[in-house]
Parts: sequence; C-alpha cells; structure tokens
Amino acid sequence: MERNAILQISKIGKTFDTRSGSFEALRDVDLSIAEGEFVSIIGHSGCGKSTLLNLVAGLEAPTLGGIFLQGALVDGPGPERAVVFQNHSLLPWLTVYGNVRLAVDKVFGNRKSAVERDEWTHEMLALVNMSHAAEKRPSEISGGMKQRVGIARALAMEPKVLLLDEPFGALDALTRAQLQDSVMDIHARLGNTVVMITHDVDEAVLLSDRIVMMNNGPAACIGEIHEVNLPRPRRRLELSENAAYIAARTAVMRFLTRHRIEKAA
Amino acid sequence: MKTAALSIVAKEEPQEVGAAPAVPAARIEEVSRMDTRSTRIEAFLRPVILPAITFGVILMVWTVAQAAFLPTFPSVPEVWAKAVETFASPFYVGGPNDMGIAWQVMYSLARVLSGFFLALAVGIPVGFLIGSNKTFEQAWMPLIAILRPVSPLAWLPIGLLIFRAVDPSAIFVIFITSIWPVILNTAAGVKAIPQDYLNVARVLNFNRREMVTKIYVPATLPYMLTGMQLSLGTAWMVIVAAEMLTGGIGIGFYIWDEWNNLSVPSIIVAIVVIGCVGILLEASMNLIRRRYDYSGKKE
Repeated sequence: MERNAILQISKIGKTFDTRSGSFEALRDVDLSIAEGEFVSIIGHSGCGKSTLLNLVAGLEAPTLGGIFLQGALVDGPGPERAVVFQNHSLLPWLTVYGNVRLAVDKVFGNRKSAVERDEWTHEMLALVNMSHAAEKRPSEISGGMKQRVGIARALAMEPKVLLLDEPFGALDALTRAQLQDSVMDIHARLGNTVVMITHDVDEAVLLSDRIVMMNNGPAACIGEIHEVNLPRPRRRLELSENAAYIAARTAVMRFLTRHRIEKAA
Repeated sequence: MKTAALSIVAKEEPQEVGAAPAVPAARIEEVSRMDTRSTRIEAFLRPVILPAITFGVILMVWTVAQAAFLPTFPSVPEVWAKAVETFASPFYVGGPNDMGIAWQVMYSLARVLSGFFLALAVGIPVGFLIGSNKTFEQAWMPLIAILRPVSPLAWLPIGLLIFRAVDPSAIFVIFITSIWPVILNTAAGVKAIPQDYLNVARVLNFNRREMVTKIYVPATLPYMLTGMQLSLGTAWMVIVAAEMLTGGIGIGFYIWDEWNNLSVPSIIVAIVVIGCVGILLEASMNLIRRRYDYSGKKE
C-alpha cells in the first residue's frame, strides 16, 4: 500500500487563530492513499474532516506536516485535486455546459483544440447523464442534477485525486442513492483515486475501499481505519445480507457511537 | 385635502358602476357560468380601466379646482391645445434658444447619458476596489458616506468653477449623482460573492485576470445593474433641476423658460414628457437587468 501511494498525508496539524484564541482542529493526521483507491473519511460534525479535505485540496495550508501528491508537496489548490463541493458551487450565470466547459478550457486550454474541448465537455456531461440539460442554467435543474454537474466539472479536470466534500449531504435519500450508484459506476470505469468526506455510514461502506474514522475534535486525529473487503461492482440490494458489509457497518457504527457517548459525557 | 379627494371618489363610483350590483342579483346562474370568462376579461381590463378612472378623477378635480379657486391655473383644454401644438413639431428649430420639445429632451438625455457613463467608468472600478479590499474600503467609505447624502446640485458651482462652461458642469452634476449608487452596489455585489465561487476559481488556478472576468464581473453584474438603474432614475430627476440653473437647451431649462414666458400649459406638457421619458429609461434598464438576472429565474 505504502509503495504506490499517490497521496501522502504526513503528520498534519492544523490550528486556527480565532477571536477567542487559537483552536487546534487537527493533530498528527497520517494517511496514505493508494492510486485508484476510494477512501471515505467519516466522523461527527466538527471533527475536522472538512478541514482535512480543504488541506488536501490546498484551499487551506496545514500548520504542521505536509501533504504530498505523487511525492510533490501540495502548496495550493489545483485542478489535479478537483473538489466536488457540498453545495455544488455551480456558477449560476453559466449553463450546465458552460460550467463544465469553464474547467475544461482552463485545464486543457493549451493542450486541446476548441473542438476537442467541446467534445470532452459533452463526454463528461454524458458520463453523469446530464447531456439533456446541457443548455439549462443551474437554477433550472434539481439539486441532484446540480451535483451531477459538479461531479462532471471535477472529473473534466482529469484530477489525480478526486475530492468529494459531503457531496450528497443536501440531497434526498432517493437522489442520493442514485448518485452513489453513479459515482461507483464512474469510479469503476475511470479507476480514479477518490477521497470522500461523509457522515453517512451506509454511504461510506458502500462506496469505499477504506473508511477512515476520525475522533472528535478539538485536536482530532484518525481513530480507526476499516478496510472494506467487498468485491466490486457492489449492488446495494445484495449487500444488506453480506457478512463483510455488516461487519464494516458495525465497526463504523460502533466507533461513531462510542465517540458520541464520549462527547456527551 | 385627503377627505375631499375621498368624497369625490365616493361620488364617482355609483356613476361608473351604478347598475352593476343589480345585474348579478337578477342572473346569478348565468354569471356563475360565465365566471371564468369574466374573470379573464377582468384580469385584462383591470390594468387599463383602473388607471383610466384615476386619470379621469384627477382631470375632474383639476377642472373643478381650477374653476373654483385657481383661475390663473390653465384649464385642461388649454393644456391639451398646448400639447397638440407642441407635439405637432417636436423637431422644430427656430434658433439656438428656440427648439422643439424633442430636441430639448434629447439634449437633456445626452447630458444624462454622458454623466452616467462617466460615472460607470469611474464607479465600477472603484466599487470593485472597495468591495474586494478591506484597506481601500476603510480608507474611502467615510468620504463616500459624507458626500453621498449631499444634493448633487450643490456640486454645480464647483463644476462651473472647474469647467467654466455650463454643459460640462451639468454633466459633472449627473456624474456625481450617478456615481454613488454605482460604487455602493458594485461593492456590495463583490462582497456578496459566495466563497464557493472563489474556491472553484482557486481549484482551477485562475489568475487575477480570469478571476475578474470569469467570476467577479458576472457574479457582480446583477448588483451593478441595480445600481445603474437607481443612478439613471435619479440622474433624470436631477438633470431637470440642473438645467434650470445652467440654462441653454434642455427640458429643465425649457420649463424655466416657459415659466418666464408665463406659459404654464407648456410646463405641464413638459412634466408629462419628463415622466414618460423616465418610464422609458426605467423600462429599458429593467429589460437589461432581467436579461442578466440569473438568480430568480422562476417567477
């Protein structure tokens, strides 16, 4: 695992300076992620999991330690670590196509011709089943559709690591299940490395190769890591009886419950 | 005053719809069958009939008041005759100080638009700086706070002092009028840009120029347009007053000139013209604003 790690999170610490003094959000977070791996980071709200994702994305800088992508230090955001934001973050003045094309133009502007970029944009929209709404504006499509476009925009950058920040948190259960299937399908086809923040146990177990469970903050760190040894492709209906699925689910639930109680006491 | 107006309205109503209550009482069934159609007709006629009644009442009050207490005030037919005369030759030119009403309006509009566009050229960049830079905001906002409530006309002497000519001074006054809403709305728009958009831009490694053209400007545009609409509306009001002071050609001075000629009917005609031009300006800004409004598509 350590050998072909594409992403190395090394002894990360993050302290925020707030008005009421400094707040240590993360301490000694160590994690390496292999190429093609799907890793979920789960924990109670406020455990610093979103902070961790922001650090990997480069939107914030760690106070201590470093993050390495293929051996190179991450020192700012970049399209090789594309983010799908929780609230989709589509630009409302652009069409669905325009939102994806914006990213395509920026990333491939000097490598691909306009025709190729157009084709690539349409290909990405087709990948998330959004071709039919290419000329619609974000205000004209549903929340689930927006998130699909967000995923298409991120994938269009051909990121080395795809970062998902609670991507389905704001969606209803049915839409969420649909999108989870889409993400699994895309992951199977493209084999990209994915780091997903979530607070949904079933989502984590269903999608991940490994589930990283985080302690509650302040000074949160990795509590446990559970490997999900389930063959792919996974079908959510067949899994409900599967022993490995139940074991993973129980492990995560137990961890989260224990930490909830600790916090309450 | 208020009670007088109310009593007139009350007197008016029975005349207009006097027979109406009796009809549905007699033919309730038929009315209910025709309900949908009549409501549709009503929905169409209401925006026409109600204002027409208002105008009718105003004209009536005017006629009565003029006859009773204000003999020096022009009567409705007098003003109507003046309007017909004025609009018969709107582009008439009888000399440098004697031109048709269309020319007057166009000179005023030209001043308003010059000042307005100058204000955009200065106000939008300044608004961006104030909205995006805390230091700049703290440095400049107190000055703007002091100057903004000042009537733009107070700047007219300053303009005359600087430019030593009336035309640039009037444009200068319009510039001052227009610039505050443009600056403040642009700044508010820049501040309202969600962090999410900026994060998207950061992930894409946008440089400063791309940040401005692809995020800042489109995200701020609806706010800017609101500011522009406010500016233009106020500028059209201010130009009338400014021209009264500066003289020359223009709808404002036209009014002042006609007052000196004691031609009050012309003034009333001019007031209506100013109002109509104002509506047109407002409507065209609304059109542009709606074109770029991406937020509330579902109305």
